Amino acid sequence: MIRVENLVKTYGEIQAVRDISFHVKKGEIFAFLGPNGAGKTTTIKMLTTLLRPTSGRVFIDGLDPATHQNEVRQRFGIVFQDPSLDDELTAWENMDFHGALYSVPRRVRGERTEMLLTLFELWDRRNDQVKKFSGGMKRRLEIARGLLHTPKVIFLDEPTLGLDPQTRNQLWTQVKSLNEQEQVTVFLTTHYMEEADRVAQRIAIIDHGRIVAQGTSAELKQQTGAETLEQAFLSLTGSSIRAEGADSADAMRNMARMWRKNR
Amino acid sequence: MTTIYVLWLRQLKRYVRSRARIVASLGQPLLYLFGFGFGFSKVYEKAGQGNYIQFLAPGMIAMTILFTSIFSGIELIFDRQFGFLKEVMVAPVPRLLIMIGRTIGGATVALIQGLIVAVICLLAGFRPSLSSIPAALFFMLLMAILFTALGTAIASVLSDFQGFQMVMNFLVMPIFFLSGALFPLNNVPGPMAVLAAIDPLSYGVDGLRAALIGTSHFGMSIDMVVLSTLSVIFMVIGARLFSRIQL
Repeated sequence: MIRVENLVKTYGEIQAVRDISFHVKKGEIFAFLGPNGAGKTTTIKMLTTLLRPTSGRVFIDGLDPATHQNEVRQRFGIVFQDPSLDDELTAWENMDFHGALYSVPRRVRGERTEMLLTLFELWDRRNDQVKKFSGGMKRRLEIARGLLHTPKVIFLDEPTLGLDPQTRNQLWTQVKSLNEQEQVTVFLTTHYMEEADRVAQRIAIIDHGRIVAQGTSAELKQQTGAETLEQAFLSLTGSSIRAEGADSADAMRNMARMWRKNR
Repeated sequence: MTTIYVLWLRQLKRYVRSRARIVASLGQPLLYLFGFGFGFSKVYEKAGQGNYIQFLAPGMIAMTILFTSIFSGIELIFDRQFGFLKEVMVAPVPRLLIMIGRTIGGATVALIQGLIVAVICLLAGFRPSLSSIPAALFFMLLMAILFTALGTAIASVLSDFQGFQMVMNFLVMPIFFLSGALFPLNNVPGPMAVLAAIDPLSYGVDGLRAALIGTSHFGMSIDMVVLSTLSVIFMVIGARLFSRIQL
């Protein structure tokens, strides 16, 4: 479903992604792990048409995001690291807006919205403005929205960041059940190793822009002689803390947080 | 078509739901209308120019449209900060349609605000000629589109709100004050006349006056040609800059 061949992205002198290759099978849950600044988000941006690779090739369902932008966009759903809902609109309106942009026929849009909002336990709150939702509800709504147009792949970029264990647990159960029902391929990133261990069928670990290991959780543990995935992760990527420059996106995130608090 | 429609509808929903914003944005024109309007009306009359409220009302309508449109365009920064822009940018629709939908939505909101101020002006004693209302609406619409596109263009380049105050002080306020919204352009000193002539709002105010009270500085047809041309140019620039946004 996803095939990446010798993908490279450089920003001037800095090599964010250095010659990575991997593939994700149809219907698989694939975890893409790495410390901060390892190149995860840059890779996701290249897979989702937001960024052009410097070199190398990407195929989503056999199509190149660089040349078949809109066909590729129709085939994936994405939940970004930061919220991307319209707070002034209701849950239903956010879903409906998404469905219209992805040209989902009105009747199907209604049915799927009901099915997804029910699954993610938001149906009762469908006519409430999103600004009244908790962090966990917003995340669930975003996942439901990303799945509305029946994509073949869904990208989840740290979807459980900042959620409590109960919410995280429930969220993964829901994602897993959809993965089984609709055969949607799931491409996820997370910093919670036990989540990746539990949910993902295969895992790739990226560090300094290179893939340092890939395989099933058991294979990674065996390869490093570690007991848990977290130990395997640390032995593959080292335990030093990564310096991550605050870029404009981070500045904006902080600003957005301040805004939310003050309103 | 659906893309343009849903983006337009979203802008309208947001507008209707933010009552605080509606009230706040009407405060300024009201203040000008009553402060300047009643304050200067005697002086204006003594100078042999007739009724000041009559003269000022088109300027106030134009001002409301200017501020609302620029702000609607700049709201793009909000969308970027609150992340909603990403949702739109990964959708399988051309960016040009997104920009057009946003602009038409913002322009509609500005037009509604302009109409509300027009009604307030009527209550304050403004008596326009009713026969040229279609022409007046057309001028209002052109201004709304022009300045929403300008706001979108600016917001596409700014990445945060730090630059917003600068835009207000060095662009929007001069556009307003030099446009002849508050005073006639007939006898202004040379350099100012030049500045007024390159100010797009001057043609909007002038066109509105030509339509509503029958006096004009540039002439209605010139106003119409200049505004239409500029609207197209600003739309093209706005669309260009918008499609270059990197997230």
